[in-house]
Amino acid sequence: MTPDWQEGGFGLYIHWPFCEAKCPYCDFNSHVAASIDQSAWRTAYLSEIARAAAETPGRTLRSVFFGGGTPSLMQPETVAEILQAVRKAWPVANDIEITLEANPSSVEAGRFAGFRDAGVSRISMGVQALNADDLRRLGRLHSVEEARKAFEIARSCFERVSFDLIYARQDQTLADWRSELMEALSWGSDHLSLYQLTIEPGTAFGARHKAGGLKGLPDEDLSADLYEVTQEICYHAGLPAYEISNHAADMAQSRHNLIYWRGGDYVGIGPGAHGRLTLEGQRLATETYLAPQKWIEAVSTRGIGESDRVIITPTEQAEEYLMMSLRLAEGSDLRRFTRLMGQPIDRTRVNELEDLALVELKDDRLAATQAGRPVLNGILRSLLA
Amino acid sequence: MTDLNRIRNFSIVAHIDHGKSTLADRLIQLTGTVAERDMQDQILDAMDIERERGITIKANTVRIEYPAQDGETYILNLIDTPGHVDFAYEVSRSMQAVEGSLLVVDASQGVEAQTLANVYQAIDADHEIVPVLNKVDLPAAEPERVKEQIEDVIGIEAHNAVQISAKTGLGIPDVLEAIVTRLPAPKGDPNAPLKAMLVDSYYDSYLGVVVLIRVIDGKIKKGDQIRMMKTGGRYGIDKLGVFRPKMQDIAELGPGEIGFLTASIKQVRDTRVGDTITHDKHPTPNPLPGFKPSQPVVFCGLFPVDANDFEDMRDAIEKLALNDASFSSEMETSAALGFGFRCGFLGLLHLEVIRDRLEREYDIDLITTAPSVIYHVHMRDGTMMELHNPADMPDMTHVDRIEEPRIKATILVPDEYLGDVLKLCQDRRGIQMDLTYAGSRAMVVYDLPLNEVVFDFYDRLKSVTKGYASFDYQMIGYREDALVKMQILVNDEPVDALSMMVHRDRAEGRGRAMCEKLKELIPRHMFKIPIQAAIGGRVIARETLSAMRKDVTAKCYGGDATRKRKLLDKQKAGKKKMRQFGKVEIPQSAFISALKMDS
Ligand SMILES: Nc1nc2c(ncn2[C@@H]2O[C@H](COP(=O)(O)OP(=O)(O)OP(=O)(O)O)[C@@H](O)[C@H]2O)c(=O)[nH]1
Ligand SMILES: C[S@@+](CC[C@H](N)C(=O)[O-])C[C@H]1O[C@@H](n2cnc3c(N)ncnc32)[C@H](O)[C@@H]1O
Ligand code: SF4
Ligand SMILES: [Mg+2]
Repeated sequence: MTPDWQEGGFGLYIHWPFCEAKCPYCDFNSHVAASIDQSAWRTAYLSEIARAAAETPGRTLRSVFFGGGTPSLMQPETVAEILQAVRKAWPVANDIEITLEANPSSVEAGRFAGFRDAGVSRISMGVQALNADDLRRLGRLHSVEEARKAFEIARSCFERVSFDLIYARQDQTLADWRSELMEALSWGSDHLSLYQLTIEPGTAFGARHKAGGLKGLPDEDLSADLYEVTQEICYHAGLPAYEISNHAADMAQSRHNLIYWRGGDYVGIGPGAHGRLTLEGQRLATETYLAPQKWIEAVSTRGIGESDRVIITPTEQAEEYLMMSLRLAEGSDLRRFTRLMGQPIDRTRVNELEDLALVELKDDRLAATQAGRPVLNGILRSLLA
Repeated sequence: MTDLNRIRNFSIVAHIDHGKSTLADRLIQLTGTVAERDMQDQILDAMDIERERGITIKANTVRIEYPAQDGETYILNLIDTPGHVDFAYEVSRSMQAVEGSLLVVDASQGVEAQTLANVYQAIDADHEIVPVLNKVDLPAAEPERVKEQIEDVIGIEAHNAVQISAKTGLGIPDVLEAIVTRLPAPKGDPNAPLKAMLVDSYYDSYLGVVVLIRVIDGKIKKGDQIRMMKTGGRYGIDKLGVFRPKMQDIAELGPGEIGFLTASIKQVRDTRVGDTITHDKHPTPNPLPGFKPSQPVVFCGLFPVDANDFEDMRDAIEKLALNDASFSSEMETSAALGFGFRCGFLGLLHLEVIRDRLEREYDIDLITTAPSVIYHVHMRDGTMMELHNPADMPDMTHVDRIEEPRIKATILVPDEYLGDVLKLCQDRRGIQMDLTYAGSRAMVVYDLPLNEVVFDFYDRLKSVTKGYASFDYQMIGYREDALVKMQILVNDEPVDALSMMVHRDRAEGRGRAMCEKLKELIPRHMFKIPIQAAIGGRVIARETLSAMRKDVTAKCYGGDATRKRKLLDKQKAGKKKMRQFGKVEIPQSAFISALKMDS
C-alpha cells in the first residue's frame, strides 16, 4: 500500500523571516533587521537542504515555496543558489511550481526578473487593499498605484501571478468590498487569496482590540455576508473558491498549498518553519527555531535548525487530515480518514450535518457545502470534538 | 473570678459599614490589648472573605481591660457584630450574651434600615443603649441632625450620644467612659449551680470545636465535667480561655464573664447555640429558654462543573457545614446537571459567600441553579409538602393551593427616590404597610413575597436609589398566592436547572427576560435553537437563537496544522465546561448569569 502522504505529494517550504516593517495585523514569524548577512543565510539554507534531502532521498519534489516575512527582499542570487541546490538534492517534477511571496513595492519589483532567472515560476503578492486609507490603516508601505505597477511587472516576468487581499476591515461595508473586489478581478489574475482580517493575539491589532480599540470591525452577520458575496462574485468571474480563502481559475490552484491541504509531506526550512515528514512509516511534525539568530546559529554550529520533532499518532494524523482537507472544495477522502483513524467517521454526526445542508457526502468524499464552508470550525467541532 | 461590678458586656451594632469593626479596633488599641505592631485594620475580620469584601460576617468577641477614671480597672467584653441583614441572627444571639449595646450611627448618613432593626432587637433584649455618632471627621457629617433623627425615628435619648471618629481615634476615651458609667454591670450568683449560655461555636482544625460561652451563675474551671442541657452531651473541659482577641487560657470564669471552652467536641452540629451549659453533677434547676435556631430561607442547587469533582465537593461542603450551622445541604441529582447538592442559606450574600469559598478554598467550579424559597404546597388530599426545589413540584392536578413566605421589609430612602422605591415594591407584588418620614428620608414598610426579593431585589433597589436606600427584612409567615412553575425549554428540551416558581401575573415578563438573556448567553450552534418559557404545556415566551453564520479560520497553511490540532484539543477540554441538553451545549457560566436578572 502506498504511504498516506503520497496522496498529497511532497514539497519544500523555505521561510525568509525579514520584512521592511512589521504590519500591525501580522503574526507571521517576521522581523525587521537593520542589516542582513545574505551570504550567511544562503549558507544556512544550503546546509539545511542537504540535511533534509539526506532524509528523503529520491522523492519527487512537486513544489518549492519561499514564504515569509518578505522573501522578495532576498537577493536573486541567493534564490538562484538555493534552487540549484534543490534541483541537485531531489528529483523534481517536470511541472514543478516554485512560488515566491512578494511585497508590491518598486524596490522588490526591480528584482522580479532576477527571481525569474533564478527559476521562480510563480509570484504571490501581498496587495492587501485597493484604497489608500485602508492600506495606511493596515500599516502597508506601498500605494495602490505601486501595487498595480508591481503586479504588471510581475505579470511580464511570470506566467503565474497571484495576489492577496485582506477584507472584513474596519468600517468596510458590503458595497465597499463588492466594488473593491470587482476592481481586483479586473486586474485579470487567475489566482486570488482573499482573507478576512483576523485579529491575532500578540500583534499590534491584537493589543488594540483587547484594550477596546479597533472599532468598526464587522459582526458575525456582516462577516458572513462579506464572505458570501466574495464567493458569489469570484464564482461568476471564473475564480471559484477551491479552498476557504483561495480562488483560482481551472488549473491555476497553488500546487504547493494543496500539499498541505491534501495531507502531503513537506520539508520546512528556515526560522519557525514547520514540516511534516513520513519516515519509516511514522509521521513526524518538525519545527525549527523561531528566532532568526537562534536558527542560523543552530544550523552553523550544530548542523541542524530543527528544534523539535514529534511523532504524530495515526489518530492525530486523521484529525489533521480532516481539518485541512475539509477546507478544500474537493473535500476529504473518508477512506483515507478511516484508514488512519482505524475506525470510520461518526456517521450520526455526518448525517446531522447533512440534514442541515452543511456537508455533502458522495462516494466516500465528504465536502463542506457553500453553506458549510463559512462555519467550518463548527463542522469540525461536531465531527471531532 | 472578676467582681461583677467591674465587668461590662456589650455588643457593637450598626447598619452595614457604619464603622463597628473600626470602632472595635480603636477600643482594642487604646486599651493596649494588642501590641501596636500587631495591629491592623478591622483586626477582628479575620476570614479572607471578610477582609476581601470589607464586611463582617461572623460576630467576634474580645476581652479588654480598661483602667477607668474612677480608679478601678474594668473587664470589658465586646462583641463586634455583622451589619448585613443575612447575618442578623448573629446579632440577635450576641445580644443575648450581653447587657448593653453601642449603637453606632454614621454621622454622615444617619439612621438606616439595619440601625432600626438592631435597635429594636436591643430593646427586646432589655439592653441599655449608648448611641455613638461615628465618622464625625467627614465633612458631610451632621451630628446634630443625626441626633435629632435618632430621637425622632427611634425614640431614644440621643443628646448625650458620644461623638467619635473611629478612624482618627477622636472621642474613643469617651466611649470607654460611657461603657463603664452608662452600661449596667451583669448580675449573677457565683455560688449557684453553673448556668452558662452557649453563645456560638466554630470549628478549629487544631482544637476541634471551640464554644463561646457567657457565664450567668456559678463558676466554670478547666477539667470540669459539664453537660449541655438540650443536646444532653457530656464533656470534660480541656481548655478554658478568653479572646484577646488571640486565645488566652484562664483558670476560671465566673458570673458575667465571657470566654471559650474546648472539650473534645467533634462537630459544630453537636452543639446548639442558646443551649445551657451546666455542671453534670450539679445541674442548674432553671435552664435558659434557648434561641430560635436560624433557618435557611434561600435554596439553590450547587453542582460541580466537572462531574469528577463531586467527591471533593462533598468533602468541602461537609467541612463548611461543620462551621456554619445555618447552612444546610443535601444531595440532589438533576437530569441535566448530574450529582450535586441542594443547599440552604440565610440569604443571597450568604449563598455567595459559601459559593465563593467552595470555588476558591476548595478549587471547585460550580453551577448554581435558580435560588428558590420554601413553598408550602397543600395537596388535595390534605397533606402539605415543603417545596425546596421547583423541579420537585408535583402535578398541578393534585395541588389545592400553594403558599409562599412573606417578609416585612423596611426601607429607608431619601425623598427624591421614594417614587422609584414604591414602584419597585409594587412591581414585586408588595403590599404597603406603612410610610412615614424622618427628616428628609422616607421610611417605607412593605409586605413582600420573599421569592421576589431573593433574586435581585437588593441590586435593583441599589440601582434605582443610586445606593442611597437601606433595606432590612424579617419573615412574617406564609400566604397563599397564584404561583406556578415556569419551565425553560432549550431546543424543545426542558432544562430542570432553570425552572422556577413565579406568580402567574409575573410569569410572562420573567419568562421573556429569561429567554432574552439565554439567547445572549448560549453560543450560536450549527442550527437555530428555540428558547421557550412555558407553564404546564403552554408557551408564554419564546426567542430564537439563530444558527451560527461565520466561524472559520481564514488562513491555514503548513505551519498552522499543529496550531489547529492544539485548538481542537482545547475544544475537547472546553466541552467539559459545557452541559449537554439534547443537542445543545450550554456553558456553565450561563446558568449563573441567566439568573442574575438586571432588567
Ligand atoms: N472617615 C471615616 N471612615 C470610617 C470611620 N470609621 C470607619 N470608617 C470606614 O468605614 C468603612 C466601614 O468600616 P467597618 O468598620 O468595616 O464597618 P462595619 O460597620 O464593621 O461594617 P460591617 O461589618 O460590614 O457591617 C471602612 O472603610 C472604614 O475605614 C470614621 O470614623 N471616619
Ligand atoms: C506571509 S504574509 C504575505 C507576505 C508578504 N510579506 C506581504 O505582506 O505581502 C501572507 C498573507 O497573509 C495575509 N495575512 C497576514 N496576516 C493576516 C491577518 N491577521 N488576517 C488576515 N490575513 C492576514 C496577508 O494577506 C498576507 O499577504
Ligand atoms: S504582512 Fe507581510 S510584510 Fe507585513 S509583517 Fe507580515 S510578512 Fe511582513
Ligand atoms: Mg464589621
